[in-house]
Amino acid sequence: MSESHKQVVTVVTTVNGERFERDVEPRLLLSDFLRHELGLTGTHVGCEHGVCGACTVLFDGEPVRSCLTLAVQAQDHEIGTVEGLASGPEDLHPIQQAFWDAHGLQCGFCTGGILLTMLPFLEKNPNPTEQEIRHALSGNLCRCTGYQHIVDAVLRAAAMMRSGDGNG
Amino acid sequence: MKPAPFDYVAPGSLEETLAALAEHGDDAKILAGGQSLVPMMNFRLAQPAMLVDCNRLRDLEFIRVAPTGELRIGAMTRQRQLERDPLVARHAPLLHGTVPYVAHPQIRNRGTVGGSLAHADPASELPVVALTRDFKLRLQRSGSERWVAAKDFFVGLLETALEPEEMLTEIVIPPLPSRTGWAFTESARRHGDYAQVGVAALVTIDSHGDCQGAKLVYLSVGETPMAAPRAAELLTGSPLTEESFAAAAEMASTQEIDPSADIHATEDYKRHLARVFTVRVLREAAGRAAAAGE
Repeated sequence: MSESHKQVVTVVTTVNGERFERDVEPRLLLSDFLRHELGLTGTHVGCEHGVCGACTVLFDGEPVRSCLTLAVQAQDHEIGTVEGLASGPEDLHPIQQAFWDAHGLQCGFCTGGILLTMLPFLEKNPNPTEQEIRHALSGNLCRCTGYQHIVDAVLRAAAMMRSGDGNG
Repeated sequence: MKPAPFDYVAPGSLEETLAALAEHGDDAKILAGGQSLVPMMNFRLAQPAMLVDCNRLRDLEFIRVAPTGELRIGAMTRQRQLERDPLVARHAPLLHGTVPYVAHPQIRNRGTVGGSLAHADPASELPVVALTRDFKLRLQRSGSERWVAAKDFFVGLLETALEPEEMLTEIVIPPLPSRTGWAFTESARRHGDYAQVGVAALVTIDSHGDCQGAKLVYLSVGETPMAAPRAAELLTGSPLTEESFAAAAEMASTQEIDPSADIHATEDYKRHLARVFTVRVLREAAGRAAAAGE
C-alpha cells in the first residue's frame, strides 16, 4: 500500500468517563492515541511490544496493554488511565496515597501501569498475600525499586481500601 | 515501533467477516486479541495489507457444555475467561490449569483462544493443550465449514491447516475420560516469558491402577507442539512407578523431541529440562488419576 493511500476511521470512545471523537489512521496504537490525540501523557510507552507493562490501561475495567491495542478498537469501549484515578488534581486515590507513603516509586515511569494493574487486582482480591501481589505484578517491569517498596505499597493500599480510608 | 499502514474493517457479523476473508484472501489478516499480531506489526515483522478485526463478533465469545459432555468454546473467548469459568475448571481441567502460564493477566484479558491456536507458536501453551486433549477445531469459510483435529491442525512453524479465506470459529474439547489425571509445567527465565521447555501430561488408569493410556506433549522443542507417543506407549499396560516415569522421560527427551539451542538454553539443557519435567508431570498426573478413581 502506498503512503499516499491512508484510510481514516472515526473512533468514538470514553476515556475516564469523558466521551471523545477523533479521526485516526487504523494503525494508530491506543497508547499513542491517548498521549498524542488526547494529551493524556500519564500512559507511558516503554517497550511497545507488550513486555514492560508501562502502557497498561483499563479497557472496560480490565488491565490491558495499550501498545498492543489499536485506537480504533476502543470504539464504544470505556478506557481508564492513571489521570482518572483520583477525584481531582489535588487528590490522590488510596492506591496513589499508599505508593506515596511507602515510597513505591522512584523515577515513576512504570508507576501508572502498575497502579492500573493493581487496582482491579485489589478490587477482586481485597486481602492479598505478598506472594499473590508479586505474582500479580509479574507483568510490570520496574528498573528502580527492586519491587520491595512496590509490594509494601500494594499491601498498604489493600489495607487502606479495606478500611475505606483514603488517608490510611 | 509503529505498524505500517493497512486497511481496516471490523465486521459486525461472521458472514461479513468470512466474506471479507473470501474477497481479500492472503492480503487479509485476522485481528483477534492482537497480543501476538500487534507486536509483530509494531516490529514490522508483519505488514498485512488489510486487518479484519473480529472483536465485534460477540457471538464467538462463549463457553458451554454440550449434551454429549463436550465443552464448546467460541474462538473469540478471552483467555482470562477460561481461567475464571467454572465449566472450564470442571470439564477441561488441563486447559484451566495451564492458562495461567500464558503470558500475563494483561495479555490474557485481550488474548483469545482462537488467536493463540491459529498463531501456532511452538512456544505457546494452548496449542500443547489442544494436542494433548484432542481438540476439534471448526474452520469456517463463506458458505462452508470443516472440522479439523488438533493433530492435523499444527503443520509447521507458525503454520496451521487454515486456508487464507478460512477462520477458526469454535473449539470442541471432548470429555475427560474417567480415572484420568493431568498436569502441566514449564520453565521460563521470568514468569510470563516464552518458556524454554514445557510439557503437558494426561494419564488414564484402569480399576487396578495400571496405566491404560498416556499422552505427553511438549512446547518449545520443535517447530510445532510435539507429542511423544513412544514414551506414552512405554507407560501403557503397566503399573505407574518412578521407574516407568524415568523410562518414559528418557525416551521422550532423547528420542522424540527436537529442541534447538537459543540465547537462553543449549539443546542439552532443554533435553535435561524435558526429562526432569516429564517425571514431574507424570507423577502429578498419576496422582490425580488415582484420586479421580477413588
